[in-house]
Amino acid sequence: MQHARKIGEPILTVEGVSLSFGGVRALQDVSFDVREHEIRAIIGPNGAGKSSMLNVINGVYHPQDGKITFAGKVRTDVDPHEAAERGIARTFQSLALFKGMSVLDNIMTGRNLKMRANLLLQALRIGPALREEIEHRAAVERIIDFLEIQAYRKTPVGRLPYGLQKRVDLARALALEPRVLLLDEPMAGMNVEEKQDMCRFILDVNDQFGTTIVLIEHDMSVVMDISDRVVVLDYGRKIADGTPDAVRSNQAVIDAYLGVSH
Amino acid sequence: MAGELDTFPRLLLHHAQVRPDRPAIREKDLGIWQTWTWKQVEGEVRALACGLAAQGFKRGMSLAIIGENRPRLYWAMAAAQSLGGIPVPIYQDAVAQEMVYVFHNADIEYALVEDQEQVDKLLEIMPQCPKLAHIYFDDPRGMRHYAQTELMSFDNLQAIGRDFDGRNPEFFADEVAKGKTTDIASMFHTSGTTGNPKGVTHTHQALIAAGRAGAELEGLDPSDEVLAYLPMAWIGQNIFSYTQSYVVGFCMSCPESAQTVGADMREIGPTYYFAPPAVLEGLLTQVLIRIEDLWWGGRKAYAYFMDLARRVGGRILDGQPVPLKDRLLYKLGNVVVYGPLRNVLGMSRVRVAYTAGEAIGPDLFVFYRSIGVNLKQLYGSTETAVFVCVQPNGQVKSDTVGPPVKGVEVKVTESGEILIRSPGLFREYYKNPEATAEAKDPEGWFHTGDAGYFDKDRHLKIIDRAKDVGRLADGTLFAPKYLENKLKFFPYIKEAVCYGHQRDRVCAFINIDFEAVGNWAERRNIAYSGYTDLAAQQPVYNLIRECVEKANQDLAADPTLGGSQIHRFLILHKELDPDDGEITRSRKVRRGFIAEKYAPLVDALYGGKRECFIETQVRFEDGRTGSISANLQIADAKTYPVEAAKKAA
Repeated sequence: MQHARKIGEPILTVEGVSLSFGGVRALQDVSFDVREHEIRAIIGPNGAGKSSMLNVINGVYHPQDGKITFAGKVRTDVDPHEAAERGIARTFQSLALFKGMSVLDNIMTGRNLKMRANLLLQALRIGPALREEIEHRAAVERIIDFLEIQAYRKTPVGRLPYGLQKRVDLARALALEPRVLLLDEPMAGMNVEEKQDMCRFILDVNDQFGTTIVLIEHDMSVVMDISDRVVVLDYGRKIADGTPDAVRSNQAVIDAYLGVSH
Repeated sequence: MAGELDTFPRLLLHHAQVRPDRPAIREKDLGIWQTWTWKQVEGEVRALACGLAAQGFKRGMSLAIIGENRPRLYWAMAAAQSLGGIPVPIYQDAVAQEMVYVFHNADIEYALVEDQEQVDKLLEIMPQCPKLAHIYFDDPRGMRHYAQTELMSFDNLQAIGRDFDGRNPEFFADEVAKGKTTDIASMFHTSGTTGNPKGVTHTHQALIAAGRAGAELEGLDPSDEVLAYLPMAWIGQNIFSYTQSYVVGFCMSCPESAQTVGADMREIGPTYYFAPPAVLEGLLTQVLIRIEDLWWGGRKAYAYFMDLARRVGGRILDGQPVPLKDRLLYKLGNVVVYGPLRNVLGMSRVRVAYTAGEAIGPDLFVFYRSIGVNLKQLYGSTETAVFVCVQPNGQVKSDTVGPPVKGVEVKVTESGEILIRSPGLFREYYKNPEATAEAKDPEGWFHTGDAGYFDKDRHLKIIDRAKDVGRLADGTLFAPKYLENKLKFFPYIKEAVCYGHQRDRVCAFINIDFEAVGNWAERRNIAYSGYTDLAAQQPVYNLIRECVEKANQDLAADPTLGGSQIHRFLILHKELDPDDGEITRSRKVRRGFIAEKYAPLVDALYGGKRECFIETQVRFEDGRTGSISANLQIADAKTYPVEAAKKAA
């Protein structure tokens, strides 16, 4: 697939980030940048520090060292709520959905930050709140259409198969209309066909909405096909950074994946 | 403009004039039913036709149409017809290579397709189809980076058309007026059970005559509602939705997606409905599963009222006398069981429902009628524009397809083959005069290839395909489809393939219904990883054996077919799939092909083996292939002595 979209300036920069939990050093002096509109993958074997990296970007963990710049602003100690308000949305490896709520309602929660009417008006569904709700519902419907989950609108999320739950999780993140979308192992636990579907959706999101995407995966083959650039982590250190082709032929990466002793 | 309503474009203009503000077509999009009135449809079709004309589409050319049921694709049919062109709808789930033949055969230069998936297929086959030069797509999603000059979006095409129309305001009306009722209105492809598909061409005259005969028989009017959910490429979909909507002026609705048909149907509440037996069977299976999940009292009530319905429901629907007590009980049942059931099925408002395409199991047929759905059988084919025989209200039997429709002549040859002559008959197989001559004799009789006879009430009864009816080695009549249908009525069996012609006994391949058996297994805490694993489990084999033995018991009561009971069977390790060529797109099993493909399994069935190893190639939806292997066990089923007429030994 040819990419005609313009990859812009770095929107997110990570410089010298180190994170440790007591004696465990999860990240050591990691630096890389993410350019606007690109698909950036962070890969590495289990325990390489991928999820920690995502949690640092997202504001869940606060690194002991290093600097993160998002959209030209250096951020210090943001929490996830602020990160979301600034346009960073994420999905979760272990899914964070309300299992008893319908698909539609789950995705609506993603619009929460965009609701302006006060709680009372919302509860009564009158005046501006009603108009707003219709507007949000229309936005959600566009996402439902986009991710092809029309058949499950009213199904409680808990009753959907795992692959579809992941799609709903993505839908909820998209409802935020983020500038940067963080995907935590979007393909984990899926079969081949579901993986292909998910790849297509990720490419389409990137293409259609111009959303910058940072995704973590430990399955290398999937990532290589859809990413523009790849960062490889191993034991908390960055061991490679570049195009999929460059990374694939990098000796350090091959060693890390084949498990050469350190 | 000619005043005669004898072509589709003229019908469209007529409706736009007499009922401009009535809904003509709906589609559920973004969670809401979007509606277009007849006036609006006229405008859309006009813009599209002018766009095609500006792009060089001329009288007599073919326009391929590929996609799910979408208003824009139906407008494309009308637009092509307005210009005197031939719309050629193609099955949207066909893989690219299957389309090559059709594109060649129909000399297709223009194609209007639904989305990126279809565009990709056409781009793939383009080098093999040098004539194909214009591809238009409805849904622009994912299409931004396609730079091919052959591509254009539907919106652009209409914009060009509006511009063209502005400069040539008389053009559209002139083109519509030029159309003749004897022009070819559409080309449909036969399912191709044997060899390449054949392009069946129908004139405006034939389609409109067939549609009108059916509409008159059932008293259809502009307030009727129909849901267009079967493939556009199938002539029945065209007749029941497009043709009859244009003939009568009623509204057709397009579902949101193939997966939402059930919910969409409940919302629309169609009054006129068609479903092939496979769909009816699927719906019934879902019902039975949900009933099994009910609490004890609910199950009991269901069983009681369904028993009552089986006894008197059909008779009440036919207006026959029923004892007062049963009539009152049925009324109660209607409140607590039948009404809610019809509602769940989306059939609350159904006035006329048809089924056809395959012989329908009597139990399945009776089920729908007994809960008050006026389901009737109909007989027809692509070549006959569907309406040949229809069961009239009040004279419905489960084993016939009714008397011929007005204007249709039917006769049965000595060998038992059914011949048909009617105004709705096809014109020819496109560019295939030999096949046309073979199927249609000089007097205009069409040879259907179906075997059947008229019963004492002049209702036609179809047994099977003439060529499929066989005999066991001892001369017992063997009608494979009859046996397969008996098996398929069990909710746990999705497909069955029976063998026995010139053999000493009948053996069968079984496909379990993954949903039903999966549910059954879960309630018994039987773990399984997927279809192949579930199909191989011993408890599942026992379950299926019970079904087979029950079918044998039923068969034993039938003196002619009692000898063809099923002695041995196996459960296949994979589901039969049109992508692997095992069943047709309209879900008819291809017995001969399956026997060849699984020859070792057939040998094992007849060779008395207990198990057999098999490895099979499968084709995934994206065209790649893989393989599935399994060690299949083969089971014996009990057979029963045939009642009555014992054969003279």
